[in-house]
Amino acid sequence: MIALLLRDLKLAFRAGGGFGLGLAFFLIVTVLVPFSVGPQSSLLATIAPGVLWLGALLACLLSLDRLLALDWEDGSLDLLATAPLPLEAVVTIKALAHWITTGLPLVLAAPVLGVLLNLPLPGFSWLVISLLTGTPALSVIGTFGAALTVGLKRGGLLLSLLVLPLNVPTLIFGAEVARRGAVGMETSTPLLLLAGITAATVALLPFASAAVLRVNLR
Amino acid sequence: MTLSVSDLSITRGGVPVLQGVRFALAPGQALVLRGPNGIGKTTLLRTIAGLQPPSAGQIDGAEDRIAYAGHSDGIKPTLTVRENLTFWASVFGAGGIGDALRAFDLDDLAERHAGNLSAGQKRRLGLSRLLVTGRPVWVLDEPTVSLDVAAVAMFADAVRGHLRQGGSALIATHIDLGLDAETLDLAMFRATPRPVDDFDGDFL
Amino acid sequence: MSFATKANALWEYANPKKFLTTSERVQPYIWSAAILCLVVGLIWGFFLTPDDYRQGSTVKIIYLHVPSALMAINVWLMMLVTSLVWLVRRHHVSALAARAAAPIGVVMTMIALATGAIWGQPMWGTWWAWDPRLTSFLILFLFYLGYIALWEAIDNPDTAADLTSVLCLVGSVFAILSRYAVNFWNQGLHQGASIMRAAAVTGADTEEKVSNVFFYPLLLCIIGFVLLFVALLLYRTGTEIRARRIRALLARERVGA
Repeated sequence: MIALLLRDLKLAFRAGGGFGLGLAFFLIVTVLVPFSVGPQSSLLATIAPGVLWLGALLACLLSLDRLLALDWEDGSLDLLATAPLPLEAVVTIKALAHWITTGLPLVLAAPVLGVLLNLPLPGFSWLVISLLTGTPALSVIGTFGAALTVGLKRGGLLLSLLVLPLNVPTLIFGAEVARRGAVGMETSTPLLLLAGITAATVALLPFASAAVLRVNLR
Repeated sequence: MTLSVSDLSITRGGVPVLQGVRFALAPGQALVLRGPNGIGKTTLLRTIAGLQPPSAGQIDGAEDRIAYAGHSDGIKPTLTVRENLTFWASVFGAGGIGDALRAFDLDDLAERHAGNLSAGQKRRLGLSRLLVTGRPVWVLDEPTVSLDVAAVAMFADAVRGHLRQGGSALIATHIDLGLDAETLDLAMFRATPRPVDDFDGDFL
Repeated sequence: MSFATKANALWEYANPKKFLTTSERVQPYIWSAAILCLVVGLIWGFFLTPDDYRQGSTVKIIYLHVPSALMAINVWLMMLVTSLVWLVRRHHVSALAARAAAPIGVVMTMIALATGAIWGQPMWGTWWAWDPRLTSFLILFLFYLGYIALWEAIDNPDTAADLTSVLCLVGSVFAILSRYAVNFWNQGLHQGASIMRAAAVTGADTEEKVSNVFFYPLLLCIIGFVLLFVALLLYRTGTEIRARRIRALLARERVGA
């Protein structure tokens, strides 16, 4: 299992692996926001938590269409499916690798972009905490979408259409934690709900992902 | 342990292609599958490898004992030959990769990125993966595609070595590998189509 | 007949041929009943009930809004059940029924959203509010779109049936989650409407008799929508079965049988 994780990380960091693409996208989206809504710092401060969460969510979508499709094209998935490693573990590792290469950098970059959007000071820690809690769910849900669309020639757009509605609960609770934190309100309720969603998706969704992957491998 | 297949029926895209397939493959034995294009060789091999369920029949002695090599080699172009092979060795929890590199004459290419290999060299890397799996039953789908004469001999040697160690091999191929192997012609198992008015829930 | 044999008899309709002959025999009756219920219910509701003392005649859109909203959710539930049947028992008719239902569900959701907007404009002074109920329907709409898009995208019908069934299952869980999340996110303007409290919807909950004036035509419209859905579903499932049959025959021809 560790071998698969290390291989995926190595592939992501090597040339053409796409590491940093999500991060750059996150940066650009954040920079474009003031151009579209105006530079008033009070307005930016109000919308900053939501914009940063939405930006992170969209950035998480970027590399999903390569997550399983590359292994599908070169036959690695066939071989992994016959290896002594359950497919549930394979998709979990894939999601973990996606989180380490996409989700985690976004979490770390978010405070810097918060400065650009004039995020109120108490909001920084809550933004990081909420993203840290919520982005694993985004990766696991994204892996499910990738498993559904793995056999399709141009699955990228369909993948977004399938994954985005599934991300709604995570986005609502995550952005709520960040928003409440930024204005100094109680955050424990949405944070617990967010953590609950993440825990449940990480525990259960890999079974669905493995099931659809098996169907696609037939 | 013998790999035995009995009364196996398989479908491709919902259409039955083979039915009543039966054979046994004992340790140390090799079996060559023949048949015209489209008869269902690939589908049969994928079914035996456990990648798709048969529509009827039984496969015994396949679980966790099969090393499958299909049309694609599962090679990552940005990893070196050594890294590719080491990865598969550790996934299957088997031993070192030295023997595998030597068997397919890949020693000199070991530090090359797999993306820079020729088609034949890639195929050799893909086949060398079989040696690091430690699995007793090799299921091979057209293994000699893009191999030159020397490489085919290399491959035949590898199969012979595998058989000597008590392994077995099921190979779909059109060329003569010079192996001491039995041949099974799949044409005799071609599925007879069901009558057109057989309009039940199974075959719409 | 005992319950078990009745339940077994139900599975006979999983045979496409049996399904087609039976559904074609009952379809005319269902179509007529649906049209009758809708015509009577809508005329009764639109012209023969009094205006609401607070909402005026705008309240009458309820006869389209509530039935379509109910159907929007129940069609998805029906898809969930048939998807499960397909996954467990592998009856093709079940999977094809789910496929046939989805576009009807989308249209029902669209009707519910559109009539809601038309009703909301005079009532709340806005076409659209990010009210939990409205938002949930919008999310449901997106789920329907994804489900249909996945069916359309996959070539192999069995693969498509498997994948969409799992999507329907996972989507149902996430739709419920979204419903709670949206509730948490915004407590809205919408009345706690349900058919049991139709009286509250019409602002006449104190006078039981007045509410009945609205309730019976509404009930008729709901029955009409259900029957309309069943008729459309049988018709569309029949089409899907025939399309599958043609596909299978063409595939046999290619194989050379």
